[in-house]
Amino acid sequence: MFIAKEIQTAAYLFASILFILSLSGLSSQESAKRGVLYGIVGMIIAIIATVLGKGVEGHIYIIGAIAIASVIGIMVARKVEMTAMPQLVAILHSFVGLAAVLVGFGSYLDPNTQSLTGAAHTIHLVEVFVGIFIGAITFTGSIIAWGKLDGKVPSKPWSFAGLQTMNLVLFLACVALGVLFCRAEGTSGMLYLGIMTLIASFIGVVLVMAIGGGDMPVVVSMLNSYSGWAASAAGFMLSNDLLIVTGALVGSSGAILSMHMCHAMNRSFFSVIFASGGSSNKGMEKKAMEGEVTSLNHEEVAALLKEAKSVVIVPGYGMAVAKAQYPIYEMVQKLRNAGKNVRFAIHPVAGRLPGHMNVLLAEANVPYDIVLEMDEINDDMPDTDVVMVIGANDVVNPSAQDDPASSIYGMPVIEAWKAEKVIILKRSMSAGYSGEDNPLFYKPNSEMLYGDAKASVDKILQHLN
Amino acid sequence: MKVGVPSEISPGELRVAATPKTIKRLQKQGFEVYIQRGAGSKANFSDKEFEEAGAKLVNTAAEIYGQSDIVLKVKEPSTEEVAMMKEGLVLLSYLWPAQNQELLKVLAAKKVNAVAMDAIPRISRAQKMDVLSSMANIAGYRSVIEGSFHFGRFLNGQITAAGKVDPAKVLVIGAGVAGLAAIGAANSLGAIVRAFDTRKEVAEQIQSMGASFLTVEIDEDGATASGYSKEMSKEFIEAEMKLFLEQAKEVDIIITTAQIPGKSAPKLILDYHVAAMKPGSVIVDLAASTGGNCVLTKPGEVYTTDNGVTIVGKLNQLPNQASQLYGNNLCHLLDDMGKAEKFKIDMEDAVVSRAMVTYNGNINWPPAPLQVSPTAGGGAKKVAAPTAEEIKAADEAKAKKTAINTVISIGVVGALLLLVGAFAPSAFIQHFTVFVLAVFVGWQVITNVTHALHTPLMAVTNAISGIIIVGGLLQTKNDASNIMTILATVAILVASINIVGGFVVTHRMLKMFKK
Repeated sequence: MFIAKEIQTAAYLFASILFILSLSGLSSQESAKRGVLYGIVGMIIAIIATVLGKGVEGHIYIIGAIAIASVIGIMVARKVEMTAMPQLVAILHSFVGLAAVLVGFGSYLDPNTQSLTGAAHTIHLVEVFVGIFIGAITFTGSIIAWGKLDGKVPSKPWSFAGLQTMNLVLFLACVALGVLFCRAEGTSGMLYLGIMTLIASFIGVVLVMAIGGGDMPVVVSMLNSYSGWAASAAGFMLSNDLLIVTGALVGSSGAILSMHMCHAMNRSFFSVIFASGGSSNKGMEKKAMEGEVTSLNHEEVAALLKEAKSVVIVPGYGMAVAKAQYPIYEMVQKLRNAGKNVRFAIHPVAGRLPGHMNVLLAEANVPYDIVLEMDEINDDMPDTDVVMVIGANDVVNPSAQDDPASSIYGMPVIEAWKAEKVIILKRSMSAGYSGEDNPLFYKPNSEMLYGDAKASVDKILQHLN
Repeated sequence: MKVGVPSEISPGELRVAATPKTIKRLQKQGFEVYIQRGAGSKANFSDKEFEEAGAKLVNTAAEIYGQSDIVLKVKEPSTEEVAMMKEGLVLLSYLWPAQNQELLKVLAAKKVNAVAMDAIPRISRAQKMDVLSSMANIAGYRSVIEGSFHFGRFLNGQITAAGKVDPAKVLVIGAGVAGLAAIGAANSLGAIVRAFDTRKEVAEQIQSMGASFLTVEIDEDGATASGYSKEMSKEFIEAEMKLFLEQAKEVDIIITTAQIPGKSAPKLILDYHVAAMKPGSVIVDLAASTGGNCVLTKPGEVYTTDNGVTIVGKLNQLPNQASQLYGNNLCHLLDDMGKAEKFKIDMEDAVVSRAMVTYNGNINWPPAPLQVSPTAGGGAKKVAAPTAEEIKAADEAKAKKTAINTVISIGVVGALLLLVGAFAPSAFIQHFTVFVLAVFVGWQVITNVTHALHTPLMAVTNAISGIIIVGGLLQTKNDASNIMTILATVAILVASINIVGGFVVTHRMLKMFKK
C-alpha cells in the first residue's frame, strides 16, 4: 500500500503547518498544551506519510526501532526529575546530532545518489559533508553540555590561549577535507568523511568545554539550533522539503532564543559561543568591597518575614540544586495566608536553562501569576520590605550597574538592594558563575543565611509556625 | 586570651557587660571567659546560665582585674577598681573621657589600655559597636513607655460609646537615635507626635518615623561634621524658646534627648515652660545623667512639680536587653580588633585609635576630628548626566549607522542569492527557497515567546528536530546486512527516543503550569 507522491507532499505541508502552530502555541501558557498536541500530530502524520511513500523498505526494522525507542523515551521522560531537566534536554540534542551523522553516512553510501552527475552531485556531496559536520558537533557538544549540567564534567570553563586559533585551523582542515571529498570518485571519499567526522566531534567537545556553567542555558539553546540545522542539511541531501522546513524552523528558533538570552546577559552572542566573554573590561581596576557581611539565623529571618508586608523571592540555581521549591512554596502560602504580598522575581538567565526557575516553581504548584519577570518587579523593589535571594548570585549583583570594571557590567539585574532588607540564602561566600564578588552581600541592609537552601527554608518554616 | 567580666558596683547600674549569648560568641572568637559570681543578677542572668554558656565563675573582682587580659565593663571604673587592675590590661567600658580626666590619669598611670565605648566614632563602619546608639534606642523607647505611665491617660484617640477621647500630644526634642526611637514608639501607641531638632537634615527622618517636624523661622542649620549639633546663635535660641513655650501649653508629654558630647546637656526647657504646662503633663528627660535638658530635672528622681507636672529624671534601663545589645557591641569591637588569635591594638585604625583613650601609659584624648556627616561619606560619586542634545545626536548617529549596515547586508545577501541562482541546479534552488522562508517563519514565530516558557519551548523544538527520523525512514532497506539499513535503523532509534522523550517531558512540564 503506497500513497502517491502528491499526497505525500500534501501531508508534509500539513505537518509543517502543524509544527509552526506548535511553536507559536508555546508562546503563551494558555495555548502551550495545544501547541504540544499539534507537534505530536504533525510528527505522526510526517512519519506515516514517509513510511507509506514509494520506495520505503524494511518496515519491520522501522517499526521495531520506533517501538523500542518509544518505550525508552517514555520511561526516561517520566522518570526524570524536574531539576534534571536541563541534562535531559541536552542529551536528547545529542541524539539528533547522532542521527544526522548516521543519515549523512547512509546518504553517501546510497547507490541512488552515486548516479548523480555534475553540479547536482557536487551539491549533494557538500550537503552530506555539511550535514555530518553539524551533526557531529551537535552530538559531542551536547554530550559535554550534558556532562557539565550533570556535574560529571567540571563546569568551569576549560580553555587555553591558542584555543581559538586551534579551532580555526581545525575548521580550515575540515574545509580542505571537504574539497578532497568532493573530488573523490564513488565512495572513495569515505576516508576524508571519516577524518572530518572525528575532527568535528573534537571541535564539538572543545567548544562546549570552553564555556562556563553559567552560560550553559545559551549553549543548550544553541545546540538545539544546531540540531535543527543538521536536520535541514539532511533534508537537502535527501531532497526532502519536510526535513528542510522543520529543520530550519528549529534552527532559527533556537538561534533566536540563544540571542534573547545573550541579550539578557548583556553578552554578545559570539563571545558566549567562542567563550571569549568578559575580556573587554579587563585592565580596569575593580571596586574594592566596602562594608561587612553580616548573617542571621533562621529564627531571626522568620521574625523578619512575619513583620514584612511585601516579600519578593529571587530564586537561582541554588534553589534547583537543593530542590527547595516545595518548602519555599509552603512558606509562600503561609505568608500569603497571613495577608502578605509575596511574589517571585525571575531573572531571564537564572538557573542553567532558560525558564529553568519557572519550570521548578510550576512543579511545586506555584501559580504563575505571582511569578514575575525582572522588568515587571524591579520598579516595586523600593516598596518591598524583604527580598529573599535563594541560591542566586550574579543576577542580583549591583556591580552590573555601578562597576564598569566588572565582567557583568551592563547586564540587567534584579535590584534587590533597593528593598528594605535583603536576606541571602547561600551555601558559602563563594562567587557566582561569573566569578565576580557580589557587593550586595556587603550592603548594610543585607544579611546572609548560610546553609543548604532547602534545609534553611525548612527551619524558617518551623519558626513561622 | 582571657576575658573577664566583673560585677558592676554602682547601685544604679543594672546592666552587665556580657550575657550567656555574648559569652558563647566570645568563645567562638577564641577567648576564655571569666565572670564574677552574681554579675548578671540585676539583669536577670543567673550564674547557672553563664556557666552553661561556658564561662568560668570567679568569686572576686580582684581575680578578674588581676588575671584577665581584657576586661569588659559597663560603667566607668572607680579608683578602687582601677587599683585592682594589672598592667597592660585592655579595658572596654563606658568612660566619658571628657568628664573624667582624673580617671584617665589614673588609668594611664596604671598602664591600662582603656577603650571608651562611648568614644567610638560614629561612622558607618563602627555602627555595630556604637553603644550610644544601641543604648539610646532603648532609652528612646522606654521614655515613651514611662512617660505614658506617669501621664496616666490613653495615648491614642478613641471614639467610644462613653464619649470621645482625644489623642495625647507628644513633643520630642532632639531627633538622634533616642529621639527617633521615641517618635516611633509614641507614634505606634497612637499619639500625635511632633519633633524638633536644630539640624535641618533630620526632617525627613522625623517624618519617616511618623512625626511632624517643627521648625523656627530663622534659617540656620545646626548640623556639624561630628554628627552632633552645634550650639546655635542667640536669635535662634530665642525663637526656639518661643516655640517651646507655645508647644508646652499644648502638649501632654515632652521627651528631651539633646546631648552634647563632653559637655553638660543644653538647658532647653526652662521654668516658665514647665509652668505653662497643663497639670498631669509629663517631661521625660533623657539627658538627666549629664545635667538634664530641663532646669527642674532632678537626676535619678521622678517627682511632681507644684503645678502638677511630673518630671522623670531616671529611666529603667531594661537591663536584660540592654546588656545583650551592649555585649554585642563589645563582641563586634573585639571582632574588629582581631579576635583572640590575632588580637592587636592598631593605633592606625580609625575606630580603635579614637576610642583608645589611654595607651601605653599615655592619655590619648581628645582624638583627632573625624568627618562623619552622611553627605561627606566616601564613595559618593557623581556622573554627569548626558544632556538631551547629546542623547539625540547619539541616537541619530546610531540610526544612520544602522541604516547603512542594513543596506550593506541586504546587498550582500542579494548578491549571494544571485550567485547561488547562477550556478545551482533548479532542484536545489527550489529547496533553498523553502529553506530560507522556513528560517524566517521560525524567527517570527519564536520572537514573542514568554520567558517562562523557554524550557518547554526548547523541549518541544527538540522533539520536533527529531524529524531527522524521516531521513532514516527513507534509507532503510529490506536487506538487514546492508550497511545503510543498519545506519538508518540506529538513526531511527535515537531520533524516536528524542521525539517521544521530548514530547512526553514537555507535556509533563506544561501540566504543572497553572494559575
